[in-house]
Amino acid sequence: MTVTALPDPAAAPRRRPRRFRQTSVAPILFLLPGLLFFAVYVIIPIFQSFQISFYDWNGLDRPDGTSTAVYVGMENYRYLWDDPDFWTSLWNNAKWLVLYLLAIPAGLFIALFLNQTVTGIRLYKSLFFFPFVISQVVVGLVFTWFYDPTFGLINEILGFFGAGPVNILGDRHIATYGIIAAGLWPQTAYCMILYLTGLNAVDPEQVEAGRLDGAKGLRMLWYVILPQLRPATFIAFVVTVIGALRSFDLISIMTDGGPGFYSTSVLAFYMWDVALSEFGFRMGYGSAIAVVLFMIMMVYIAYFLWKMWRDERGV
Amino acid sequence: MFPTPIAKTSRTWQVTYQSLLPLALIMWLLPLLAVMWFSIKPASDFTIGNYWGWPSSFEGFANYYLVFAGSDMPRYLWNSVMITLPTVAGAVALSCMTGFALGVYRFKGNLLVFFMFVAGNFVPFQILMVPVRDMTVDMGLYDTRTGLVLFHIAFQTGFCTLFMRNFIRALPRELIEAARVEGVSEYQIFWYVVLPLMRPAIAALSVLIFTFIWNDYFWAIVLTQGPESQPVTAGITSFNAQYRAMYHLMSAGSLVAAIPPVAMFFLMQKHFIAGLTLGAVK
Repeated sequence: MTVTALPDPAAAPRRRPRRFRQTSVAPILFLLPGLLFFAVYVIIPIFQSFQISFYDWNGLDRPDGTSTAVYVGMENYRYLWDDPDFWTSLWNNAKWLVLYLLAIPAGLFIALFLNQTVTGIRLYKSLFFFPFVISQVVVGLVFTWFYDPTFGLINEILGFFGAGPVNILGDRHIATYGIIAAGLWPQTAYCMILYLTGLNAVDPEQVEAGRLDGAKGLRMLWYVILPQLRPATFIAFVVTVIGALRSFDLISIMTDGGPGFYSTSVLAFYMWDVALSEFGFRMGYGSAIAVVLFMIMMVYIAYFLWKMWRDERGV
Repeated sequence: MFPTPIAKTSRTWQVTYQSLLPLALIMWLLPLLAVMWFSIKPASDFTIGNYWGWPSSFEGFANYYLVFAGSDMPRYLWNSVMITLPTVAGAVALSCMTGFALGVYRFKGNLLVFFMFVAGNFVPFQILMVPVRDMTVDMGLYDTRTGLVLFHIAFQTGFCTLFMRNFIRALPRELIEAARVEGVSEYQIFWYVVLPLMRPAIAALSVLIFTFIWNDYFWAIVLTQGPESQPVTAGITSFNAQYRAMYHLMSAGSLVAAIPPVAMFFLMQKHFIAGLTLGAVK
């Protein structure tokens, strides 16, 4: 190709009106800053983590700027397979995932309880929602003291009924459940607010029609109300699953992975501890753990995207 | 309305309900009330084991004063402010533009780019941790507020774009078409037509992002280290180390750390809930 093959802009007829060019350039310009940021900090690092998971790396560079990483292939993953702490963490992740879903019925229950119009109900709703606004760090601290074996309020209450003191966070068999219970507190509040909004939009005519047909209580809830709450349930499900898999703050604050070795750890926590612990940085191994967690999460992300894609088609 | 409005039920149930409400609330907030109770007690109560009894004196003022005067707490709080506010501004500004681009224009790959933002917003933090930390160190921004802000802006853009794009999608298209017919340029459409209509979305997102970022702990401990740059969520652990076993001060400190997002929520409740429940109603 020579230069002469290029069309002469002055000679070429204006094929498109100005308007057309603007609507094709404008979206690119509007997207660019956000997309750039997002690509650099989110999209590219995902691929880099995959890459790092095939290396043995302590996170350091040599003085000349080259990385000290050594390629080890699948070694990190093989090591993972034989690592009991990894399996403990994965198993705890499963517990989180299942038990965290209790936030959905619990949130629905509270929403039904509060969906009334008595004086001051607005304030009640806000105060019930309150735990969600507090940071998980503070929730963690609050529950650590709540569970404390010497002065914790829970043992005070148990003592009142004659039950002995329990050291919830000190017992590796129940510590995880104690942390999940703490996590359920804000998560239930979140689900509650989703359902309260959903209940607000329930079609009153259908409820009346249901009443005329003799539907009451649970039957009404199951056949008339819940189908109308489906969008709220879907969002509650998505945020709860994501929240369960992301659990990190509470574990770090309440037990720091203990008692013992990683008895309350989950993948998110184990990855962090491996990659940035005081016993040396193992970035490659940490990345391998992160990849596993990412793959699990990807199942839910794919499901969510598929749902969204279907809705988009429907519009 | 479901369940049956309380006014239409029997007198007994009405009375029961009215008395159940405060009781349920107290039970629900019990762990928090316990911390509040601790924060107004004097140190001596804890040494003699008077944990739950009546305080021997009310030291609320002294305790909270000490939180501010005797520790790095004001500094941590200030860091939190200086991390949270720029992030809110940055993420909202970027997503107004991305949301506009994805919500208004039809072009190849629109849905793909949109789904990429949505998917990225859900990934576990750990998959980003090593590269982001490494990059922040390379840029010389490790242990600075700027390093944290840049990452937060980028990550929150995912969620914000999802939010803004759906919001703009719901606006009447005729407005934009009409402006185009009038010969208004695309940039002017964004600035004068769409942006003013996005005010409620901007308000809702700002409150939400404020809360999310203020409460962030993971990135705070990954990207920052000391009182120079750490936000209050990370600082509270150093604070607790400083006042180990002094529960009256640790309680007061925790409550102080929690106040700003709580205040934000109560002041901007309508926007907060509107943002949080987007999509919960069809």
